[in-house]
Amino acid sequence: MKMLLCFTIIPLAASFLIALLGKKIKNFSGVVVNLVSLSLLSFSLYLVVLASAQKLIICKIGGWMPPLGICLVVDGLAVFMLVTVNLVSFLVMVYALSYMSRYTDKWKFDALFMLMLAGMNGVIVSGDLFNLYVFLEVASIAGYGLVAFGVEAEDLEASFKYAIMGSLASIFILLGIALLYSFTSTLNIAGISLVLSGEPRGQLVAFVSVLFLAGFGLKAALVPFHAWLADAHSSAPAPISAALSGVFIKTLGIYALVRVFFNMLGITANLLFILIVLGVLSMVVGAFLAIAQHDIKRMFAYSSVSQIGYIVFAFGIGTPLAILGGLLHLFNHAVFKSLLFLNAGAIEYSTGTRDLKRLGGLGRRLTVTGGTGFLGAMSISGIPPLAGFWSKLIIIIAAVQAGYFGSALIAVLISIVTLAYYLKFQATAFLGKLERTWEGIKEVPLTMQLSMIILACICVAGGLLLIPAFKPFIQDAVGVLAAGDGYRDAVFSALK
Amino acid sequence: MSVYFLCFILFCVGLYCILRKRNIIKIIIGLAIIEYAVSLFFILTGYRLHGRAPIFARDQEILNMVDPLPQALVLTTIVISLVVMVIVVSLALRIYEKYGTFDITKIRRLKG
Repeated sequence: MKMLLCFTIIPLAASFLIALLGKKIKNFSGVVVNLVSLSLLSFSLYLVVLASAQKLIICKIGGWMPPLGICLVVDGLAVFMLVTVNLVSFLVMVYALSYMSRYTDKWKFDALFMLMLAGMNGVIVSGDLFNLYVFLEVASIAGYGLVAFGVEAEDLEASFKYAIMGSLASIFILLGIALLYSFTSTLNIAGISLVLSGEPRGQLVAFVSVLFLAGFGLKAALVPFHAWLADAHSSAPAPISAALSGVFIKTLGIYALVRVFFNMLGITANLLFILIVLGVLSMVVGAFLAIAQHDIKRMFAYSSVSQIGYIVFAFGIGTPLAILGGLLHLFNHAVFKSLLFLNAGAIEYSTGTRDLKRLGGLGRRLTVTGGTGFLGAMSISGIPPLAGFWSKLIIIIAAVQAGYFGSALIAVLISIVTLAYYLKFQATAFLGKLERTWEGIKEVPLTMQLSMIILACICVAGGLLLIPAFKPFIQDAVGVLAAGDGYRDAVFSALK
Repeated sequence: MSVYFLCFILFCVGLYCILRKRNIIKIIIGLAIIEYAVSLFFILTGYRLHGRAPIFARDQEILNMVDPLPQALVLTTIVISLVVMVIVVSLALRIYEKYGTFDITKIRRLKG
């Protein structure tokens, strides 16, 4: 189906047009990005229906059969990610309409954001390993630019760190691809899986696994590789922090990691064990780093490390129930973490600071920000009946079922630590006495309120994803990962 | 075999440069060296000794040809690494304007 190309071509074309005309025509870029992200969101929702009927949608670019040509593959997992990415991007773009008025040259921001969206969508739909790498780099390069968008000293420093670490990660991934290509003579993900299944698992696959783990782990900010994340995510403008923490690290890190390991290289007990160790480590370290912060955005950024730990831990358990929990938590985290970053942006927009020591009592003035922020914070800490509770519950039940009692206990304890630092955020920012400095502040503009309210509604209703009506949306994604090698057969039968 | 080993040494030189150097320009040079090493390795995987270009022509039998795909891929990689290099160098210039130094140990306003 040729329409799959839209996911990359439309944002790329939009980015090009904005770069060309954005400076000359006023408000051109704002209209274009919102139209593009809305159309991509509706198209990805349409794909949910289509993919549940067809199981696998494939697009051969230029009509060439793989392995000669590149193919785009959309299965349950890819649809799931596409919906998540485009939903968050759309709401972030709505928010950015008024928020970015603080900066000059909003059109440059829009052009870079479209480039990043093209890269993320490209990573998700790609069925070819090198194509995945190229889109990963497109998204990363746009990300480096967006982190430095404010061109303050801190922004530049954060972006430089991120650019060096990110490029190193990409080089590891490229080296892995080079080794795999020299071994299997193909770059098609399904093709590589087929060749590897016919050979004994040698040292090479183990080495490539390590390279991919380091590369994608760095992109996902798992704990030994997490140092760049807090700097980059807290220095970027708020909509970008929301997009980076909400969907960027999940697409480039987690999605690529699980696609490569579960569907291509094949999972082994050792690998699952490594994922569990990394996940638990990220959970613990991220949470304890977050609790010490008094910059709101840095706290949220470390909290992302901790929550990514939950997701990776769930994938490491490897049972279908755990994968369900992991994917649900991925979706929920995309929603509430972007909501929280947008809240932080709203606080910064109204007061000009994001230092918790200077804030207090804002809930009386910023009612919408305070209310949505409360829902987001309670959801991420796992208070029932909000969305975050269900996904954490499923992960912990799955861990107990699989016999990982110690890790399950850690997950519960870290959930309490999460609650602690989000209560700290609530108490110091929104509750308490209103300081005289903030008497005159006003609530943020309507578009910013709108996207925060929509995200908060999804936070409240996120648990409903478990009811049978939404079964095709999440269960197909679980099926793709649980089937492992089944991806290969599905692709080859769809190609015939 | 020795050529792969040399390639590995080049990779290690770049990695050392990134990890140990304090000047950000030298770090960028290290990044470039690593990228060259990986590109070189990728090209070498497709190279055949005394191989010829894989151009199909009439009345010719190609016995030993170089794999063209890695070369095409490396071309893409070079373009990507050029873009990364442009971004990183321009960041380094702006950092120098703000901080007045290239020393990475003195560029530390972000903590925690």
